[in-house]
Amino acid sequence: MANQVKVFRQATPQANIFDLPVTELREMAKKLRRHIITMTATAGSGHPGGSLSAADIVTALYFKIMRYNPQNTQWADRDRFILSKGHAAPILYAALAESGYFPVEELATLRKLDSRLQGHTDRNLTPGVEMSTGSLGMGLSFGVGVALAGKLDHRDYCTYVLLSDGECEEGQIWEAALSAAQFKLDNLVAIVDCNKMQLSGWTRDIMNLEPLGQKWQAFGWHGIDIDGHDFSQILAAFQEARKIRTKPIVIIARTIKGKGVSFMENNVKFHGKVPTTEEAKRALRELE
Amino acid sequence: MVEISTRETYGKTLVELGKENKGIVVLDADLSPSTMTHFFGQEFPDRFFNCGLEEQNMIGVAAGLAASGKTVFASTFAVFASCRCFDQLRMCLSQTGLNVKIVATHGGITVGEDGTSHQAIEDLALYCSLPGFTVIVPADAIETAEAVKVAANTYGPFYIRLSRPRTPLVYSEDYHFTLGKAVTVREGRDAAVIAVGIMVAKALEAADVLAKQGIGCRVINMHTLKPLDEEAIARVASEVGAIVVAEEHLAHGGLGSRVAQVVARTKPVPMSFINLKDRYALSGRAEELLERCGLTAKDIAEAVKSVVERK
Repeated sequence: MANQVKVFRQATPQANIFDLPVTELREMAKKLRRHIITMTATAGSGHPGGSLSAADIVTALYFKIMRYNPQNTQWADRDRFILSKGHAAPILYAALAESGYFPVEELATLRKLDSRLQGHTDRNLTPGVEMSTGSLGMGLSFGVGVALAGKLDHRDYCTYVLLSDGECEEGQIWEAALSAAQFKLDNLVAIVDCNKMQLSGWTRDIMNLEPLGQKWQAFGWHGIDIDGHDFSQILAAFQEARKIRTKPIVIIARTIKGKGVSFMENNVKFHGKVPTTEEAKRALRELE
Repeated sequence: MVEISTRETYGKTLVELGKENKGIVVLDADLSPSTMTHFFGQEFPDRFFNCGLEEQNMIGVAAGLAASGKTVFASTFAVFASCRCFDQLRMCLSQTGLNVKIVATHGGITVGEDGTSHQAIEDLALYCSLPGFTVIVPADAIETAEAVKVAANTYGPFYIRLSRPRTPLVYSEDYHFTLGKAVTVREGRDAAVIAVGIMVAKALEAADVLAKQGIGCRVINMHTLKPLDEEAIARVASEVGAIVVAEEHLAHGGLGSRVAQVVARTKPVPMSFINLKDRYALSGRAEELLERCGLTAKDIAEAVKSVVERK
C-alpha cells in the first residue's frame, strides 16, 4: 500500500486519494493493527487497547472517507482528523504512514528519543497530525474552532474528532458539545470510540456514561449509533453525517477494547501496557 | 493626571485592527461588555463569538481557529483567563505555539469590591511559566494600544493583562512600544524601580518624593515580562546598584522573581520587592486596597531608601 501512495491521484475538493472497497479496508485495518502491536511492543510502552478498538474507524476515514494530500499537509480544503484520545497515537501513526505522510519504517521509532512519533500526538513534529493531544477532553474544542474557521472561509471540508468514551467524563467535552450545537456546526463529526473500558476497569463501574447517545442528543447533536467494527455501518454513518444540516453529528461507535487479538480483547491490562515479545508474536499470528 | 481605561482602549484598538485585517477573530467568555470586545462584536458580528461561560472550551476553539489561519483574540477577566483554563493554555497554546492572543482585563487587586475570587494575582506567574508565551502588562492606555497592535502582528501566543479602573497616562501620544525592550521613564543614579502596569505611575510618584529628599530614582517600565529584557536589568544593576521591583501580583513567580534571577546571575545588588506577598487581599475600593496591601508610592519610596542604605 505504502508504495502505491506515490502514484495515487491528487486529492481535490471533489475527490479523495484513497477509495478502497470494503474487502481492502478490512485488510488495511488488519495491517494497521499489526503496526500497533509491533510499534508498542518495540517501544516497550504505550496504549495498544484503545488503538486497536479505533482501528476500523480510523481505517475508514483515511482510506475511504477523507480528502487529504500527504504531499501538502497544509492544503486548506483538506478534511481534518483530530485524535482527541491522544493516547491512541499508534493507530493514527500507522494510518499516516500507510497513507504516505512518512515512511512506514519510521513507525519503529515510536516513543524513542528524537523520534517524530511522540508518546502522545504533537502537531509540530509529525506530518499529518492536526493537533497535539494527550490531556483528555481538549480535542473537541479544537475541532469546534477548525469547523468554525471552515464556515467563516466558506470551505466545505469536514472536521472529524475521535473521542474515547472514558474521555467523555471530562467536563470540557460537554462545554464543546454545547458550543458546537450553538454554532450549528454541521461540518463537525465526533466519533466516540465506545470500548466501554478505561484505565482501571469498566467505564460503567467507574463513572457511568450511559445512555451516552441520549446525552449527546440532549446537547443538540444528531446521533448515530453503530457497531464500530462493521465497515458497512461505519461507512453508512459517515455518509449520513455529511447529509445532516445545522447540527453537529456524533457517531457512537460500539467497539471492543483490544479488538482483533483474542487475549487482548476486553482485557483492561492492555489499556496502558504493551504485549511482551511472546504475546506480540501470538498477536501478529492472529492478525495475519 | 489624565486617566484613561486600558480595556476601553483595547476594545477600540481591536476594531481598528479588524478593519485592516479580515483574518482577526475575537472570542469572549460572556464578559464582552466588561472586556470591551463588544465594540468588535458590534462592528464585525460574523467574526465575533461569545463562547459563554466556557473558558476551557474557548482556549481550544481559539487554537482551532488559529490552526486554520486566523489571528485570534480571546478575552475574559484575568482570573478566569489564567486559573480556569491553565492546562488548555499549556496543551493548546504553549505546546503548539499557535497564534492566539489572550487579552485579559480586571487584572490584580484593583478589581476592588468583587473581592478575592475576582482578583487575579497569580496570572503573571502562571503565564510566565509557559514556554513560548509572550507576557505583557502595559503601563497605561497608550501603551495598551501599541502592545495590542504588536501582538496582532507578531505570530505566537500572547498574554496581555489589563486593569478594571481607569489608570493615569504615563506616556504621550508619540510613544513607540518595542516588544521586549524595557523603557526608562525617568532617569536617576541612586536606585531604580523596575515596575509593570499600574505600579509604573506609582513609581513615578515615588521618584518625585525621593527627588525632594535628594535621592535620584530611576524608573524602568518592564512592560514585557517575557521575554525579559535581561540586558536592561544587568545595565540598571551595574549603573545604579540598588533595585526595587514593584508589581500588583503575589511575591512568587512574577516580575520580582524574574528580575531577581537576572540580577543574581549578572550583577548582584541590594534588592527589595513591592508586591502582595504570599496572601490574598479583600473587598474594597481599589485605592483602599493598594494602601492596605502596601502598593502605594509611599511604600515604594520607603523600599528605595532601604536598598540605597544597603548599597
